[in-house]
Amino acid sequence: MSGIAERAKELRGNRNAWLVPAMIALGIVYPFVEEGLRNLPVIGDFMPTTGTLVVMIAFTMMAVGLNIVVGYCGLLDLGYVAFYAVGAYTAGWFASQHFEQVTFHFGSSVDNDQVGIHVTMWVVLIFAGLLTMLAGIVIGLPTLRLRGDYLAIVTLGFGEIIPQVVRNGDSFGGFNLTNGTFGIAPIDPVGFPILSSIGFFPDNFQTSDNRERWYYLIAFLLLLFTIFCSVRLRDSRLGRAWIAIREDETAAAAMGVPLMRTKTWAYALGAFFGGVAGAYYASFKSGAFPADFYFNISVFLLCMVILGGMGSIWGVTIGGLILAYLNFSGLSTIGSKIQDAGLDFDPTKYQFGIYGIIIVLMMLFRPAGLIPERRHKIELEEGVHDTPFYDVQTEGALTDRDRGND
Amino acid sequence: MRETLDTVLRKLRNPKVVNGIGLGFVALVGVWLIVNFFKGPAEFVNVALDGLTRGSIYGVVALGYTLVYGILQLINFAHGDVFSLSGLVASTMLLSVLGLTGDSSNLAVVGGIILTLAITVPLFAVVNATIERVAYRPLRGAPRLTPLITAVGMSFIVSNISLALYGVDYESGSNLIPQGAAFTIGDIRVTWKLVVALAIIVPALFVLSWFVGYTRQGKAMRAVSQDTEASAMMGINVNRTISVTFFIAGSLAAVAGLVFLLEYNIRYDTGFELGLIAFTAAVLGGIGNLAGAVVGALVIGFVQSFNEGLTWFAPGGDWTRSIVFGILIAVLVFRPEGLLGEQTPEGA
Repeated sequence: MSGIAERAKELRGNRNAWLVPAMIALGIVYPFVEEGLRNLPVIGDFMPTTGTLVVMIAFTMMAVGLNIVVGYCGLLDLGYVAFYAVGAYTAGWFASQHFEQVTFHFGSSVDNDQVGIHVTMWVVLIFAGLLTMLAGIVIGLPTLRLRGDYLAIVTLGFGEIIPQVVRNGDSFGGFNLTNGTFGIAPIDPVGFPILSSIGFFPDNFQTSDNRERWYYLIAFLLLLFTIFCSVRLRDSRLGRAWIAIREDETAAAAMGVPLMRTKTWAYALGAFFGGVAGAYYASFKSGAFPADFYFNISVFLLCMVILGGMGSIWGVTIGGLILAYLNFSGLSTIGSKIQDAGLDFDPTKYQFGIYGIIIVLMMLFRPAGLIPERRHKIELEEGVHDTPFYDVQTEGALTDRDRGND
Repeated sequence: MRETLDTVLRKLRNPKVVNGIGLGFVALVGVWLIVNFFKGPAEFVNVALDGLTRGSIYGVVALGYTLVYGILQLINFAHGDVFSLSGLVASTMLLSVLGLTGDSSNLAVVGGIILTLAITVPLFAVVNATIERVAYRPLRGAPRLTPLITAVGMSFIVSNISLALYGVDYESGSNLIPQGAAFTIGDIRVTWKLVVALAIIVPALFVLSWFVGYTRQGKAMRAVSQDTEASAMMGINVNRTISVTFFIAGSLAAVAGLVFLLEYNIRYDTGFELGLIAFTAAVLGGIGNLAGAVVGALVIGFVQSFNEGLTWFAPGGDWTRSIVFGILIAVLVFRPEGLLGEQTPEGA
């Protein structure tokens, strides 16, 4: 008799070992062959630019972070956009000219005479993650004892409050925290100010010749890091506790899993990646604007998780890339093709309707997602040990529970 | 870290601390209201009447949420969008099909409103019941989050249908009703807005409470919301009862849509925010509790109007959303059963 965990481990052994390295190689090569791919007939127009890929990766990172909360721990979070906002504004506070009262530089790529706090983006990314984690804990502590849909609605509330605070935050008792509707811009670029003397590494991505390639490569590494952490977390003691809570909260508590602490960790760690991605994306587009943070983004991210398969890291990554591609480039390309064909229909206008349809169809027909989580798949296809010892219909006969072949 | 976390949590859960914080906050709000009242009593009452107008509309939408939640334990996110679509369809009826303008005679306007209601109420009752049939019924028995996520998806679908049909422009029927005061008492102005809203909503609420309280089908609804399985065993057709519930919620949305159209302006995404406010109202009153939904909605209506209309230390319209959601969070955290609700396992 083997449990689900062993069976999952077994399956992990015989998956295609070359798949992950091949995907990584493809990811690294893409910006260098992008030019050629875009010149291909017919499909060339559909190839995303490297710049689009950066955005896609940033949102996919957020989706992988959200997957920790929704997929692993089963806590429906409808306000993940709040974490994105916190991350982006952390970048705005620590790496821009926003606080003109002070001048502080720490390894930054910008000129030393600029006012404001300019900490190097590498540190800011970590700051952003930590601050967002803190925000996750602050939001989580009072709310995580609520169950299911109540939690969803509370997170939705926070997802609405934080953007509004950001929008109105240009005068807290006269102190300009967020610069109101104008947002904070420009935000410092990522760069290698120390390594730049060697020559190859640019001091400043934003002004370097290969701006998009550099942003892309670092984003790609961040995504790999996120996925790595996500895999390791899933298999850790904490991750197994999350899955136990997702499957049956009462049973998990009875087995000694501390519910509040475990859930809070899910929230904090899920938020962490949202913050890092938010800060990185803010640096890429050189600004944090309140108009970017609205409920639809939370649903967009949730849709990525659902499309890919809740709890399935590769599923969520693929789902995230597909939806982000559609959102930031695919739909408008398709739209222009449709309009070239003479139809007056603009799919970008109805993007959220399209996500709504995806959500409903997935929930109705394939609730486990495109690439279902392995554990889920085993449960659904091979069954679990919840068959009784005795079959009541043929009294006295043992059920197939003891065959031990599952 | 762990120990401090747990101590903080334990302290937060202590009912004395919870009640203390809650009562202190309520007292603060009370003082704020009293000071504002003495600074300008007439203005205060006028603002309150405006809150009554808003609150009554929220109440009708909130009833739709609370009815569905009571019976299915599902937050029907699509409800707000059904509301705004119904308002938009009502605008087509009133302004385009019937061609009413601000110059039309009062009789024509009243007739037009009745005719519009006669069309939109059954139409959106059917629309809402169809949504349940297509999107929620197949998921009966699925994990509880599944229909909730589906409801979010449906909300986007319905609001995009509104967008496709009506574009991004606001529609308004507010010039159909007189702008001034119906009558004044001293400095207090009772506007036509309020009169019209109450003239439509109060009868609708009476019909609803008669239906739920005194008909066989209403009795079935109450039974199913108390215990689905037991009522099925007693021979109640659960599926039909749920359909009827959605039917009623849809008709309430249509009533609210029309009233909202007459008072304010409406477009495809109005329903999203208003839906959230109405849901907050339903939670505030105790979700599943019909009277609670109306009480909660009136409270939220007052909160919104006081916040936007009063002058002494009022945060202003920029903060309305934060305040409403702050109330939602506070209620869920401190008193999940709501003002009038009974203790539910949700908060446990």
